[in-house]
Amino acid sequence: MINVIKEKFSEGDSILHSLDPRVKIIVALLFSVMVAVSEKYTSLSGALLFAIGTVALTGLRTKEIISRLFMVNSFIFLLWLMLPFTFPGKNIYTLGSLNISQEGIRYALLITIKSNSIILSGIALLSTSSIFNLIHALRHLYFPDKLTQLFFFTYRYAQTIHSEYIRLNNAIKIRGFKAQTNFHTYRTYAYLVGMMLVRSYDRSQRVYQAMLCRGFKGKFWTLNHFAFKKSDLVTGAIMISGIIGLVLLP
Amino acid sequence: MKKRENEAVIKMADLSFAYPSRDYVFKKLNFNFFQGERIGLVGSNGSGKTTLFHLMMGLLHPAEGKIEIFGKERKTENDFIEVRERIGLVFQDPDDQLFSPTVAEDIAFGPLNLRKNQKETQKILKETLEALSLSGFENRITYNLSYGEKRLVSLATVWAMQPEVLLLDEPTIWLDEETIAKIVQILNSQPHLSYIIISHDKQFLKKTTDSIYLLNKGKIDRTLFL
Repeated sequence: MINVIKEKFSEGDSILHSLDPRVKIIVALLFSVMVAVSEKYTSLSGALLFAIGTVALTGLRTKEIISRLFMVNSFIFLLWLMLPFTFPGKNIYTLGSLNISQEGIRYALLITIKSNSIILSGIALLSTSSIFNLIHALRHLYFPDKLTQLFFFTYRYAQTIHSEYIRLNNAIKIRGFKAQTNFHTYRTYAYLVGMMLVRSYDRSQRVYQAMLCRGFKGKFWTLNHFAFKKSDLVTGAIMISGIIGLVLLP
Repeated sequence: MKKRENEAVIKMADLSFAYPSRDYVFKKLNFNFFQGERIGLVGSNGSGKTTLFHLMMGLLHPAEGKIEIFGKERKTENDFIEVRERIGLVFQDPDDQLFSPTVAEDIAFGPLNLRKNQKETQKILKETLEALSLSGFENRITYNLSYGEKRLVSLATVWAMQPEVLLLDEPTIWLDEETIAKIVQILNSQPHLSYIIISHDKQFLKKTTDSIYLLNKGKIDRTLFL
């Protein structure tokens, strides 16, 4: 979570880092929709390869990518525990009193491939831009103002709450607090969480007031405009035709 | 130097204000501020200095009394929109003020809200950075700035709106002498600017203001002692 807030992946100088965020958003959107609706194994394995390929282009550290995939796959693991045993279909193996169905396994496998492909493409295409660039890009793509602002402030205040947490945590640590299994610890953590919420609420109020004082009337105006380069067009076209190619696979 | 009362830019008459479940901060407070004045506002902690600024900007609303700014009575949120475009308040904590990723974007936020076009905004940006000797800071990330830099940038964000009156809330607190000297020089470089400065720093007020007002027990008065 903290790594996401810190936008660790957005620093770099690969092709994908310098690609126009508008192109990245469009490609990521197309790709996700394609993967989500496709039922063909050929298209999906192609999509997974495509996603791995784009991640390879970013030059990000494999270890960090795997740790992010791990978070998602821990949820998918739960599906593997459930689906094969509960999904109705042809019985292929009996484990005690439990039947493992072929359809169940097929289904779990599809979900695994789909979600990993989408996450990988998200890492490659979206996390290589800073949140602010993505928000600008969304605005340039005529996304509704309310949605982009919601996105912006969610990010901005996740950061604020995190920094309030660090401050408070430091404040309790320097006075010799050690987490133990006792009432004092529980109470301290309850105070910490409560204080964190109150303080971040207050801060968000003050930030909003400061924005009002500078003439904010509910609409963001952007300073920097993206320059659409020829290379953006070429890279975008290659990726989009790749996606279309995947759809057309037998 | 007697001025007629109706010339006041900011006129507060019989103002009372209290925070919920606390005693009155102000009771029947009267205060007039004129164009061209450079005043310091002193008073003990909790005497209501910041509250007074927030009332002027419409962030808080009085229980009783009248606020007249630029010759018009200001009551509702809509009345204060014009006030906020013409009076600039710099918050005490720069972390409250700065919210954009880069210095340039944060400074441009105000001018863009005033519907300046790209060209004008870029010009204002450049001039503001020069005036506050922050040139070269354009693409710095705001939350990675040092505290002193944050203070100067938050002044810049308000400066860029070219306000007629500047309200500064403790502009020197926790700053080193060098940065304070810089702020003194910035303020004195604009002889036509009007401002009110809340500060406990007597040396600083002596260098930047012409008169001092003391806020004490809900009343505000001009004072000779510093």
